[in-house]
Amino acid sequence: MADSSNANPTLTGAEILLATLAGEGITTIFGYPGGAILPVYDALRKFPTLHHVLVRHEQSAAHMADGYARASGRVGVCMATSGPGATNLVTGLATAMIDSIPIVAITGQVSSKVLGTDAFQEIDITGITLPVTKHNFLVTRAEEIAAVLREAFQIARSGRPGPVLVDVTKDAQQATAIFDFDAAKPHPYRPHPMLRAESSSIREAVALIQQARRPVILAGHGVVESGAEKEVLALAEAHQIPIASTLLGLDAVPAEHPLSLGMMGMHGESWVNNAIQQADLLLAFGMRFDDRVTGNLTKYSPNSKKIHVEIDPSEVNKNVSVDVALIGDLKEVLSLLTPLLADQHPPRSAADSEWLRQIHAGKGNASVRDIINLPDNGHLYAAHVISDIWHEAAAAGRLEQTIIVTDVGQHQMWEAQYFKHQAPRSLITSGGLGTMGFALPAAIGAKSACPDKDVWVIAGDGGFQMTAAELSTIVQEKMPINIAVINNGFLGMVRQWQETIYDKNYAASPILSPNFVLLAAAHGIAGATVNRRADVIPNASIARTSGKPFLIDFQVEKEDGVYPMITPGSGLHEMLRRPQHDPLLELPEDQ
Amino acid sequence: MLHTFVALVQDRPGVLTRVASLFRRLNINIVSLTVGESERPDTSRMTIVCDAPENAAHRIRASLYKLETTIGVDEVNRADAVVRELCLIKVGAGPNHPHGLHSRSQIFELSQVFRARVVDLAPESIMLEMTGSASKIEGLLQVLRESGYTILEVSRTGRMAMRRGHHTSRVLQALGTRQGQNTSEFPDPDPDALREDETLPGIFEE
Repeated sequence: MADSSNANPTLTGAEILLATLAGEGITTIFGYPGGAILPVYDALRKFPTLHHVLVRHEQSAAHMADGYARASGRVGVCMATSGPGATNLVTGLATAMIDSIPIVAITGQVSSKVLGTDAFQEIDITGITLPVTKHNFLVTRAEEIAAVLREAFQIARSGRPGPVLVDVTKDAQQATAIFDFDAAKPHPYRPHPMLRAESSSIREAVALIQQARRPVILAGHGVVESGAEKEVLALAEAHQIPIASTLLGLDAVPAEHPLSLGMMGMHGESWVNNAIQQADLLLAFGMRFDDRVTGNLTKYSPNSKKIHVEIDPSEVNKNVSVDVALIGDLKEVLSLLTPLLADQHPPRSAADSEWLRQIHAGKGNASVRDIINLPDNGHLYAAHVISDIWHEAAAAGRLEQTIIVTDVGQHQMWEAQYFKHQAPRSLITSGGLGTMGFALPAAIGAKSACPDKDVWVIAGDGGFQMTAAELSTIVQEKMPINIAVINNGFLGMVRQWQETIYDKNYAASPILSPNFVLLAAAHGIAGATVNRRADVIPNASIARTSGKPFLIDFQVEKEDGVYPMITPGSGLHEMLRRPQHDPLLELPEDQ
Repeated sequence: MLHTFVALVQDRPGVLTRVASLFRRLNINIVSLTVGESERPDTSRMTIVCDAPENAAHRIRASLYKLETTIGVDEVNRADAVVRELCLIKVGAGPNHPHGLHSRSQIFELSQVFRARVVDLAPESIMLEMTGSASKIEGLLQVLRESGYTILEVSRTGRMAMRRGHHTSRVLQALGTRQGQNTSEFPDPDPDALREDETLPGIFEE
């Protein structure tokens, strides 16, 4: 810092900005410089604790901050210049917004004197990002920077987390002001909704749980955001309540736990969805009844009472009407609820639960047709690749130290089905927005946050090409990230929908890709092409242990589908099952 | 159906956009929206009337409260609140109009019945000012039209609402919110007012 001897030094706005970031505990900034943010970049060298990761596109900067936040639970920070730099952040902000990820995005802005004049690289980014941020600020004076930035961090991480954008004019960065970090402390966040043990809704919830014979917990992203993994599991174990997870709640409970059912919804296994449809009580924990998990709402779990524990009141009764809404932080609500249950409801054991027996009976039948249980027929299936990456990590005892970052599409669903997550924050994926191109940059963010963990990118050939330029970032940052491209020559999920709903009209879904191994080599990244199942584990092992980035091009079956599948308009129990006479078992035509 | 919300919001640039944008996003038409200063510094008060399904009220209220610039939200209905609107009406009245110069005296009479005031008299028109409920204003407009007068211009402020009795946010307190217990040892001289340092309670506390 320029004048560290003074307790409250006079600094430029740019220095105040960086000093505030450092004061908030930030160590990494993902960004891209440009004219309107240059004063901040000029001051960076004075802050040795702040590491700047140069991205190749600002969208990736937002995804990296996002991946950083998802992996660590801390606020991620990204930075861009005005105009195109700022607009490029929008997709990343929207991705973070819909998945409730705390990030702070800092953008440069033209000088306050020319605001609104269509100056070079001027854009109304606070206007543009209004619907894709939890809140945003325009700062035009150096004196305001510290307080606004600290408030931005508070908003990002409080309540239901989300992205906050701070737009700082260039003259505010250049002007000087007295920097007083403590005086810039924001007021306490708006009063948090507080339930009490004697609240009527808590009592109603207790009564519903007592009466339930077929309860199911729906674990969402809120379980992880609230840090309530242990509390949810304790409640489930005490009362033998099975847990179905949303995509973002998959890593909230260990997949191998006997009460964990796996993913619900559009590509959830039949026993999970059937359990939800047959339940007489749904305990929705930190999830929002997204259309991808409910299917047709009019047919959704028709005979169940519903308890919704949710921090955001606007989510209550939005899609599904609930009987009891408990507004608040999940961990706090459970700390009220669980002791009351212990008093009034003797814990059940697994043995006397007819309900659990019924659910598990459905499993055996459903998994028979699963490709994962079929003998090797010489073809490589994505399910095998993902399952074997999991086997490899598990065999090495690295499962809890492995973070999987997926892109969006078929491979994402296969990952959710076949990678058995054991630790919270071990799956990073774009759930709500379904942003293709998310995986590689988000993995860079995750690796920055957790350098000691093994980070795997699992991406399709389509999505990987959207942000493949970040391979360069990996090399520049010397990040040993492992990349699995699930390459089937198609935009696979689009193709599957076209197969199922559009009469196999494969319009614009076949995609030509470069030789990914050569592409990696051009960046100085080693790689391998794999098209036999026997080669998956050895190559995954090389990737994990090489200490350098490694890319594997998995050339998998082209027209494979994700099953079960609930087509639009169908109820959760009306799924397309895995094909009975598995065409994948037939001999290839060329033999 | 019509819903009426009262929102206390920060008095800052861009706040109106955030509120309006919320209704745009929910695809709900705003019937009227009034904004002005409130009794507290740096706090504006909005009355928003919108046409939305009955079950949308909770979501609108919760979404309004979710905005970082919102301090408090209340939904009021006619039974427990005073709802008023101000209207300026310019009516054609002069020698060239159907009723000729007689029209002026007739309009004066009508305005007395409706407790409207004549605020401007021009050679060819009269301007009336009227405060009241929306239905009363519509009543006057209807009578004027049915009496054959030409209504040249109408400007309405949209509805403003205020709960009867306790302060809007005090009602929420009485429902059992965080600040329900008054710890002050002196009786509050004006229990319906809010102290300057008093923060408004969150509406979703039980």
